[in-house]
Amino acid sequence: MNKPLKQHLIDPEICIRCYTCEMTCPVEAIEHDDNNVVVDAEKCNFCMDCIPVCPTGSIDEWRVVNEPYSLEAQFDWDELPAQEEIETAGGEAETGLEALDDAMAALLAEAHAGAGGKAKAPASASKPTINMYNLSKPAVATVQGNYRLTAEGADTDVRHIILDLGGLPFPVLEGQSVGIIPPGQDAEGKPHLPRLYSVSSPRDGERPNFNNVSLTVKREDRGLCSNYVCDLKKGDKVRLTGPFGATFLLPDDPQARLLMICTGTGSAPMRAFTMRRQRTVGAKSGGMVMFFGARSPDSLPYFGPLNKVPDALLKKHLVFSRVPGQDKEYVQDRMVSEEEEVAEMLADPNTHIYICGLRGMEEGVEKTLTNIAESIGQPWGALRDTMRGEGRYHVETY
Amino acid sequence: MLDLINVSYDTQIPNNVGLSSDKRVLKALEKWHPGYINWWSDLIPQNFQQSLVYLRTAVSVDPKGWAKFDYVKMPEYRWGVLLAPQVEGRTIPCGEHFGEPAWQEVPGEYRNLLKRLIVIQGDTEPASVEQQRFLGLTAPSLYDMRNLFQVNVEEGRHLWAMVYLLHKYFGRDGREEADDLLLRSSGSEEAPRMLGAFNEETPDWLSFFMFTYFTDRDGKMQLESLAQSGFDPLSRTCRFMLTEEAHHMFVGETGVGRTIQKTCEVMQEHGIEDPYDIEKIRSFGVIDLPTIQKKLNLHYTLSLDLFGQEVSTNAANAFNAGIKGRYMEHRIKDDHMLQADTYTVWDFEDGKAVQKEVPALTAINMRLRDDYTRDAQGGVTRWNKIIEKYGVAFEMKLPHESFNRKIGVFAEKLFNPEGQLVSGAEYDAGVTEWLPTHADGDFIQSLMKPCTEPGQYASWIAPPKVGIDNKPGDFEYVKLHMA
Repeated sequence: MNKPLKQHLIDPEICIRCYTCEMTCPVEAIEHDDNNVVVDAEKCNFCMDCIPVCPTGSIDEWRVVNEPYSLEAQFDWDELPAQEEIETAGGEAETGLEALDDAMAALLAEAHAGAGGKAKAPASASKPTINMYNLSKPAVATVQGNYRLTAEGADTDVRHIILDLGGLPFPVLEGQSVGIIPPGQDAEGKPHLPRLYSVSSPRDGERPNFNNVSLTVKREDRGLCSNYVCDLKKGDKVRLTGPFGATFLLPDDPQARLLMICTGTGSAPMRAFTMRRQRTVGAKSGGMVMFFGARSPDSLPYFGPLNKVPDALLKKHLVFSRVPGQDKEYVQDRMVSEEEEVAEMLADPNTHIYICGLRGMEEGVEKTLTNIAESIGQPWGALRDTMRGEGRYHVETY
Repeated sequence: MLDLINVSYDTQIPNNVGLSSDKRVLKALEKWHPGYINWWSDLIPQNFQQSLVYLRTAVSVDPKGWAKFDYVKMPEYRWGVLLAPQVEGRTIPCGEHFGEPAWQEVPGEYRNLLKRLIVIQGDTEPASVEQQRFLGLTAPSLYDMRNLFQVNVEEGRHLWAMVYLLHKYFGRDGREEADDLLLRSSGSEEAPRMLGAFNEETPDWLSFFMFTYFTDRDGKMQLESLAQSGFDPLSRTCRFMLTEEAHHMFVGETGVGRTIQKTCEVMQEHGIEDPYDIEKIRSFGVIDLPTIQKKLNLHYTLSLDLFGQEVSTNAANAFNAGIKGRYMEHRIKDDHMLQADTYTVWDFEDGKAVQKEVPALTAINMRLRDDYTRDAQGGVTRWNKIIEKYGVAFEMKLPHESFNRKIGVFAEKLFNPEGQLVSGAEYDAGVTEWLPTHADGDFIQSLMKPCTEPGQYASWIAPPKVGIDNKPGDFEYVKLHMA
């Protein structure tokens, strides 16, 4: 049987044939006839350059297929075909797919777009399992605990949620995400689509060798799923899909150094990475440096536990933007003042960079990395592309 | 190192052209800046100026940084000077200088020709904002209001793009032209905008959608041919503007499409089979398809006039000089000089419209107009698919290019939309079926009720299938300032 592959498609009902994507595509994978603009599955390398330039949103469509749709077939479409049921075994990881269902794949593609090209897993990362559970066949977990991480009275409510999978196999790696299906139905009477959350626990469980995972979830104003999750009580049942994600992963190589840049709940995968390292290398040098931004100490998730992690394992730069009487400081500002340390890591081919947090952080961080890279004579665009190609540059923003 | 991809904010004017090290141009632009801000502030109604609008702003000209979405107050929008990256070794793509290195400075012999093209292009940009200034008050939804403002701020940025070229490359008279761009005003008695179609007010939202579909598409075709210019800074400016222009095409095509969809939906819901049962259809607060066709006839033909005379020596000169190419010049497989080629154009001989061959060089305008018509037909086909889906027996059509023309060989002659020459009496009898009447205008105006609840839409238009930046249906695209 052919391995299923992910195909990039354009929704002909929404596309307005402006050909901006066609002009933007660096590998000429996009072409058109009088009817439709289409993507050649043989040429498309998932660089994502066409996604932001599309004025319509028609371009962000993905189908998992055994046989890709031909150009001729796409030219004939009046509307986009639905995702077909695809038979999958457990180990689809070799296909390089982040997820097999359309909606989750699109979410992850969007989250990873900031890397500026097709994301690749670190060479020594363990092989992830994806899509064991889906909407029609979710896993049911039991809530083991729900703890508030930010101080009462802090302006954000971030929760540490522990889910027990009981006897269900749920192999999830640090950096992967799970989907949570909020109960109820949308306005059209369809079940809600799952929302993605990064796991914040390592692969052997929040508690070693217990089949449980933890999530780090911020309550969003009027957020359907985040409010559901943040209100969960011990013993509640939760429907999960996933795991998802096959690139934002931890290298198993103990020599690999990690430069972790995050804000808010973007710390979830960083926590998982740190705990994995801690459990595997003990208190020896972990080669990890973290720049972690929040508004204030009492709204920084895991502030207390983080401070107990020894510096030799993880060097921490906790940065605050709203402390009364102090200048606003953002992660990129601290990176500038720690320029030498960052530059030294950028120059080291063992360094892996992880950026995770709100989309708004990308711009400032990228600009700072550009400046620091150039100060050591490395054009950032080229360095970034090299690192990404080697599985050493990872962005997940939302 | 000079960063030519990312936008620099080290001056008041965001740019990727190293403005901070070009003191002369920076100073000139800083002098021009307050006039621009005044123009903007006087134009757009105050409570919209204070509202937070979910806009996209470019922070770099590579695909990744091209569309950053966030809430912005319009007067704080980062208008700036953005050029597409320079292509190494680019050559002049057409005309007698074909194959020579592209010009990085203005070639002396073409200075006036170039300046005129830039001024005409620049003049249309603020004009359309002026034409659309009151539409925010009757927006059929916050989604549409946001799209209007996005179009407006980007037209403003396109003005900046042209003004930069004038300041940078044309010295003193360039600066004067840049000042005049803010002095002329759409519909003004004393100092009107340069092109006729840009002096008419856009009275309602259907007109706005038709304008963005048909008239902005002329702008797109002009930008496409200027993007082929041998004058490299103009080419790079226009290439970047085209990515923004695509959004305007989107607003037009989906706006008309959603209007048609809502009409068809309502007809189906109430079991109306005859699309000409106009009164009954209108009684449900939607615009009947024949009236939409009339608006289409009007805007399409007005836009055709923007392409100028069928046979034009100016256009031939611009092409031959390598100042302005053809649509997709780089994909055309010929000698790019057109010394011996011919092209078919319309002419009017012995009281009849006839097609004849003329030297291709003189028919550059016609060729672009034909490309335009093909491009415009695409959306019309798509609109017809919507109508077909609802099983309504009606088809939208582009009228014949002789109909309702004010410029070119058909000007002031009476044709029907099928392209047949008609008598004055026949024209009078038919024109109320061909072009919107004042009564049609009154009816459309009566539907222009603002709808400012997130996720709600006025009676005459369907919601979009996908939100901007993938936002959900009830997303608050504009946080209105309540004074």
